[in-house]
Amino acid sequence: MNLLLLKHELSLLGLGLVVLLADLWVPAERRRMLGYLAAAGVGVILFCTFLPGAEDTQYAFGGMFVQDGLAIFFKRLFLAATAVVLLLAVEFADRVAGGLVEYFALILFAATGMLLAASANDFVLLFVSLELITITFYVLVSFQRARMAALEAGVKYLIIGALASAFMVFGLAFVYGTAGAFNFGEIAAKLAMPEAGLAGNKLFLFGLLFVLAGLGFKLAAVPFQVWAPDVYQGAPTPTVAFLAIGSKAAGVVLLVRVLFSAVPEVAAQWALLFAVLAGLTILYGNLCALPQTNLKRLLGYSSIAHAGYLLLGVAAMSAAGQAAILYYLAGYLFTVLAAFTVITVVLRETGAEDIRALGGLHERSPLLAAAMTLAMVSLAGLPPLAGFIGKFLLLKAVLAAGAVSPLYYALFAVAVVGVVISLAYYFGVVRAIYWGRAAEEQTAPPLSLLMRGAVLACMAGILAAGIYPKPLIKAAEAAIAAMQ
Amino acid sequence: MSTLTYILGWPLLAAVVLAFVPRDYRFVPRLVALGATAISALLAIKMFLLFPGAEANADGYRFVQQIPWVESLGISYFVGVDGINVGLVLMGAIVAFAAACCSWEIKTREKEFYILLLVMSGGILAAFASLDLFFFYFFHELALVPTFIMIGVWGRGERKNFATFQITLYLSVGALIALAGLILLYVQSGANTFSIPALTQHIRDNPLPLASQKLIFPLLLFGFGILVSLWPFHSWAPLGYGSAPSATAMLHAGVLKKFGLYGLIRVALPLMPEAAQSWMQVLAWLCLGNILWCGFTAMRQRDLNLLIGNSSVAHMGFIFLGIASLNLIGVTGAVLVMIAHGFLAALTFGLSGHLYNQTGTLEIKELGGLLRKLPFIGAALIMAAMAGCGLPGFANFVGEVSVFFGAWRQPSLRVVMVLAVWGALVIGAVYMLRAVRAVLHGPLGNRKDATDATDGWRKLPFVMLLAALLVFGFVPRLLTDKITPDVEKIVTMANTPLSGDSAERRQSEQPQTAALSRDAATEGTR
Repeated sequence: MNLLLLKHELSLLGLGLVVLLADLWVPAERRRMLGYLAAAGVGVILFCTFLPGAEDTQYAFGGMFVQDGLAIFFKRLFLAATAVVLLLAVEFADRVAGGLVEYFALILFAATGMLLAASANDFVLLFVSLELITITFYVLVSFQRARMAALEAGVKYLIIGALASAFMVFGLAFVYGTAGAFNFGEIAAKLAMPEAGLAGNKLFLFGLLFVLAGLGFKLAAVPFQVWAPDVYQGAPTPTVAFLAIGSKAAGVVLLVRVLFSAVPEVAAQWALLFAVLAGLTILYGNLCALPQTNLKRLLGYSSIAHAGYLLLGVAAMSAAGQAAILYYLAGYLFTVLAAFTVITVVLRETGAEDIRALGGLHERSPLLAAAMTLAMVSLAGLPPLAGFIGKFLLLKAVLAAGAVSPLYYALFAVAVVGVVISLAYYFGVVRAIYWGRAAEEQTAPPLSLLMRGAVLACMAGILAAGIYPKPLIKAAEAAIAAMQ
Repeated sequence: MSTLTYILGWPLLAAVVLAFVPRDYRFVPRLVALGATAISALLAIKMFLLFPGAEANADGYRFVQQIPWVESLGISYFVGVDGINVGLVLMGAIVAFAAACCSWEIKTREKEFYILLLVMSGGILAAFASLDLFFFYFFHELALVPTFIMIGVWGRGERKNFATFQITLYLSVGALIALAGLILLYVQSGANTFSIPALTQHIRDNPLPLASQKLIFPLLLFGFGILVSLWPFHSWAPLGYGSAPSATAMLHAGVLKKFGLYGLIRVALPLMPEAAQSWMQVLAWLCLGNILWCGFTAMRQRDLNLLIGNSSVAHMGFIFLGIASLNLIGVTGAVLVMIAHGFLAALTFGLSGHLYNQTGTLEIKELGGLLRKLPFIGAALIMAAMAGCGLPGFANFVGEVSVFFGAWRQPSLRVVMVLAVWGALVIGAVYMLRAVRAVLHGPLGNRKDATDATDGWRKLPFVMLLAALLVFGFVPRLLTDKITPDVEKIVTMANTPLSGDSAERRQSEQPQTAALSRDAATEGTR
């Protein structure tokens, strides 16, 4: 047992408890300060992940918990997202009727779950960390109790989330029953032994398929994508931002680790499955996003499409593909956070979340307009932004796999169709910002200094990852190399 | 730092600077745009003049600069020019300056317009200067996106939205198909480098298998072909140019479109010789579609801009024919036409933009007798029409005639060549002269308040472009001396079989053909 290895998780958990307890003594009008405190704490933990020695591969709890390059890469991602989401939550505070501090604390608990997911090297820890994320999100999604839409979103998320958890437990039972182990390393060792016959065991594969179904729910990949649009539309904006990047990335890290460290032999057999799912997810997300007028709903469908792009890297079945996923997620982090920050700030007064509410934004606030434009252009995958390099790397991995099977060329074609379709709706948003009719009030939305900093940091991230991608690509490649 | 970095850097830097200028200063964006493009045009002229004396590296590129960007993928910022792209960079820089000059018509949201214009100019110049496949594509994409936005926002005419939609769809698909080809080339060559010279060297030593060539070449041919409006994928072009603001049409039709042709010559031909040989016959017949079909379509147009757009598509056919001939004189001709057509397209779209601003319409029926009201613009338009018909003295003549010589030299293309000459001489003359008659001569239409380009600033872009056409028309040696040695390398590679099993017969013929074609090239240019 090496408890010190869990220092990031434990300090995050402690921070959450401190914030929750402090609520008892802090007067109501100063509770926002607790949000800033939490964000600062997360910032400190993020800084600690950069201390030397953090990236050495170490195990704790009998190999259940692993701290390696991949885990650290994702932990940094999660912590950065959490800090910005906490700032968003402070900004959002006046729209939360009560229990503001619980909202902060729940975000911290969900983040703890994500950090644990990044280190999960065992199906039990995988399940526990996912449940920690999912259950806190049930509350986070329906936090605006007075709004019907939020309640509807919460119920939908609860039902489909519970179903996914049930799938996962069901699958885990089969996996354990056939493999006799929960640990990824042990399962991989068993799979490698031909005399164990695990790779051909139908029950094992059946169980694994159900585990993947549970992860597909986190990713919002077809056919487990139904919840995304409604939840994105109804849930509070900071929650949506956290769902879009944190929850998705947690699904991705678990998917990558299960597939490529626990069951690489099975993953190779299932390349076709992932290729088909990736193609369907891309098409579904992009086609459904096309007619949307609600901004958050549009981003919900766009997040489905991006889950599809991420699956391209899985389908490619190569280290380059997995590194591309990591790069893509890092770029996606800045992009999504920039977009949701703008949405939080701009749509504060106007209860509507229609795209038209962005009309004339460039006159009211050039900074927010520029941030939203950068985010949309990056999501569309145009140079010189992070989204372009990410898509380039993913598509390169897919085409490189084309030497194995011509099917990948078809997958590439589908991805290209998706990219072209997505231009239409992303540019719809940009058009609304610059050329839409201005909303009635012409005042600039108030922007606190911290929010301004967060927006600028996200913009810098989008640009830097696009113009100077070398460090990020290097980090992604190193993380994948550390896993294998 | 290489001069090239400055040439492409000034417009991009100016775009960044403009983003921080408050929108109330309405003249600042214009001045910054004019200044940045003027500097890059002057630097490009300087580079063009210094080119013969400049030091060439081992691969024959000059003004080279290379900075590693992502080593693990073999991507580097790598710029440099040889005889083929030095003229294109020069043409691009001059046209960019002319386009900035012709943007007086923009009266709304000047700041955004000039930012996009500068990004587009910088992207175009960078794409042509890049010797790294990744950046080659990256900068093209960077220049392409502003095109869509500019047409969608500052475009004109009732069909603006449809035109934007169509051009975005076509060009995005074309660019992504080309991207597939480029990535496959990188992946299947196994060279782990995007640098064009290194990739070329690697493929010379380890030729691509025939199956790979047969997969990649069509992707590049049709991906680039869509970008260049190869028939039958051309329908976005006339309407798109007709709806675009004049600066955008000048830059896209004049320069950005040549990206696909340049890519074919630089990448597709030398690296995949067998596939190139087998596809050239198809390309030759498709280019007849451009020359004849679009020529006929141009004859039927009632809108001056649509006519010019169709004629510009028709001219692409000559370049494709030159490429299809796969010999020294033909490909040299193709490069010449690329440069000449760049100046010409910019000139005609600039002039038609001026007419539109003065008269409010480009319906040929409603115009007439404008030569009396607009002597300068009218005269320039007549000269542009003459250049478009291929009158000797203009650069277009030199290029087109070389293309025809080249095509004639390729026995299998003679039929195509005869038909193409007919298209060039007869159809081109018919629509150009009819347009000149209808717009400039005859009774004055109901647009009596139109005024000429009176002050020097407004004349400058047209004078400059006409001067370029005439200079290269009278002294084509300025270009051919630079182009020929480098085209010869490409043509030799394209005619030397790599993986052995096809086109062996060419190997013995090739040296003679090359020598012969070089004689003909110099003959043709006189």
